[in-house]
Amino acid sequence: MGLLTGLKDSISRVTDRLFTDETPKRIGIYGPPNAGKTTLANRIARDWTGDAVGTESHVPHETRRARRKEDVEIERNGQSVSIDIVDTPGVTTKVDYEEFTDEMEEEDAIRRSREATEGVAEAMHWLREDVDGVIYVLDSAEDPITQVNTMLIGIIESRDLPVLIFANKIDLDEASVKRIEDAFPQHKTVPLSAKEGENMDEVYDNIAEYFG
Amino acid sequence: MPKATNPDDPDDNGVQIDLISGERMESLASTEKIRMILDGVHDGNIVILEEGLTPDEESKLIEMTMAEISPDAGFNGIEIETYPKSETKDSSLLGRLMGSNESAAKLTVIGPANQIETLHKDETLISALVSRN
Repeated sequence: MGLLTGLKDSISRVTDRLFTDETPKRIGIYGPPNAGKTTLANRIARDWTGDAVGTESHVPHETRRARRKEDVEIERNGQSVSIDIVDTPGVTTKVDYEEFTDEMEEEDAIRRSREATEGVAEAMHWLREDVDGVIYVLDSAEDPITQVNTMLIGIIESRDLPVLIFANKIDLDEASVKRIEDAFPQHKTVPLSAKEGENMDEVYDNIAEYFG
Repeated sequence: MPKATNPDDPDDNGVQIDLISGERMESLASTEKIRMILDGVHDGNIVILEEGLTPDEESKLIEMTMAEISPDAGFNGIEIETYPKSETKDSSLLGRLMGSNESAAKLTVIGPANQIETLHKDETLISALVSRN
């Protein structure tokens, strides 16, 4: 009996660990290409783990595979919140290799566009199956009312996922956080510059509050 | 669907527009809807859906579009436009029960990315420029 009881206790401990709130939530970082998703993912990862997640670039579709940084522990107000960050490729409905030919040879541009399309499909799959919450990153200097943004926010809402909108690149002169707040008034918008590290305290407060 | 234009005819500069009723879409499974849209777009047509797609179908449309993009075949994706969600919608429980907030019935325009360009979009107007190629 003692052996059976011990076995039962062990199984119970394992299942408890698997299914309690202690399991880090997977937070997908979504948004259009070049909104600064990888810069943000790197900023968060570096601030709390010391490592980066991926390579940043001004050329769209630098991130062509979803990348996960596990067990990022964010401490706020004496509490610790553990999340997995999933940096995803920028979502779009079109990829034209000719957009990259100014930066690279045609063969490389074609390869990049093929990888980009696979990455976008993968990002959509993650959104439908594998994330528990979403950070939606927008470039504050760009018009937020685009079809991709409207569709993505609609898809996230339809899945009842908690979502925070991050108005990134507030260091740019043309930035307008209000334009983003007005476009998606149903969601909390947090202004920041992931590149310059501006307003990161409010970013982490909100991550802890929404996803903790 | 009868062809309104002949793409093989160099003198034919027309663009075929398929206006698909909500009733026709209702009888199709999600995958069939997306297939029908993408088949039309591959043929160079502009597809207009009377009642649009659900968010889940939009997600699958993006995924299937990405799978079919081919630089060799000259297909680089789709342009899609629907009216943005109105901020003044009634999101109260009563509103939802009355069906005023849950309808996905949004007229949607979809076309080949290299042939359709959105000129203007707001909550009540979509203005697009369509070219033969």
